[in-house]
Amino acid sequence: MAVNLGYKEYFKSDALPLMWCAGCGNGIILRAITEALSDLHIPPHQVVISTGIGCWGKADDYMKTHAFHGSHGRALAFGTGIKLGNPDLHVIALMGDGDALAIGGNHFIHAARRNIDITAIISNNFNYGMTGGQYSPTTPLSSSTTTSPAGVAEPGFDVCALSETCGANYVARTTAYHVTQLKRFITAALLKQGFSMVEVINTCPTHFGRRNIPGDTVSMMKYLKDITVSKAGYEKLDEADKEKYLVTGELVNRERPDYLSVYREMNPGGPETDRGEGH
Amino acid sequence: MNKTNMAVTIRIDEAFCKRCGFCIEFCNANVYEADKDGLPLVKDPEKCTNCRLCELRCPDFAVSVEVVDNE
Repeated sequence: MAVNLGYKEYFKSDALPLMWCAGCGNGIILRAITEALSDLHIPPHQVVISTGIGCWGKADDYMKTHAFHGSHGRALAFGTGIKLGNPDLHVIALMGDGDALAIGGNHFIHAARRNIDITAIISNNFNYGMTGGQYSPTTPLSSSTTTSPAGVAEPGFDVCALSETCGANYVARTTAYHVTQLKRFITAALLKQGFSMVEVINTCPTHFGRRNIPGDTVSMMKYLKDITVSKAGYEKLDEADKEKYLVTGELVNRERPDYLSVYREMNPGGPETDRGEGH
Repeated sequence: MNKTNMAVTIRIDEAFCKRCGFCIEFCNANVYEADKDGLPLVKDPEKCTNCRLCELRCPDFAVSVEVVDNE
């Protein structure tokens, strides 16, 4: 019997050390993904990690699965092609907040609307970390960044609300601090038929933290804990306090027919439905 | 450790640890302490409850907790 390698079956241990800054939570999310894949016994050759550009876009370098490192914002566009080309594959799109919601914003809303069976895992660190800490579509109102030293004058996206409105089947929010919840949500997202999105509020001590959170890497991690509240806790808050927090938890879990199911129904006997042996 | 006849071995890979301090700060059992450079030292391994949160929360895959069966 094969030895159970756990997360090491999916993670390139020989590629360590990771390129990310000290205290960056990307490695935590990567660990959760590999642990979830291991728990589900999905063979590495049936997984494709599709990435774009950004700190989190480098994640595919550390995976033993298939990987497609595409252009900025296009992880979901390429992921859609991969899924349609071989629907048996598990396609996981890894995107940062800027990659998913600014550069690839249209791909994001349409992938959710189409309800294509892809798992999107968004590492939301509230800024463009790789290029020097500019404000992104999720930077919270009034936060300081290198391009908004006096505070950003526009509110950030609610990524989960956007995904829900566009039609995603599974939407969850957690943080890099809540590691067991993170693994649980990624597992549920991988199992979900249709578009699933897990937003992971992440640390960026180098840029966002340095400008907005006094202290060190630990302070940045505690900040994630402080700005989030569970669904049950959120309901109990006064209306005035609600806007100060981000809700964590499974926010959407529904069974809207996914794109391929609908497509197959409308195209019976089409080339996609008869793929021969081995599929 | 609370469970009988069980012990844990905690290993820190110094080559990959970036001294973020998460394992030290967020350990519920206060197993770790920092050395003068911020590197985690396993101070009280017998206090470890094998929750493995330090392993999962290490951004650099540098912590491993292994259960050693003493039976």
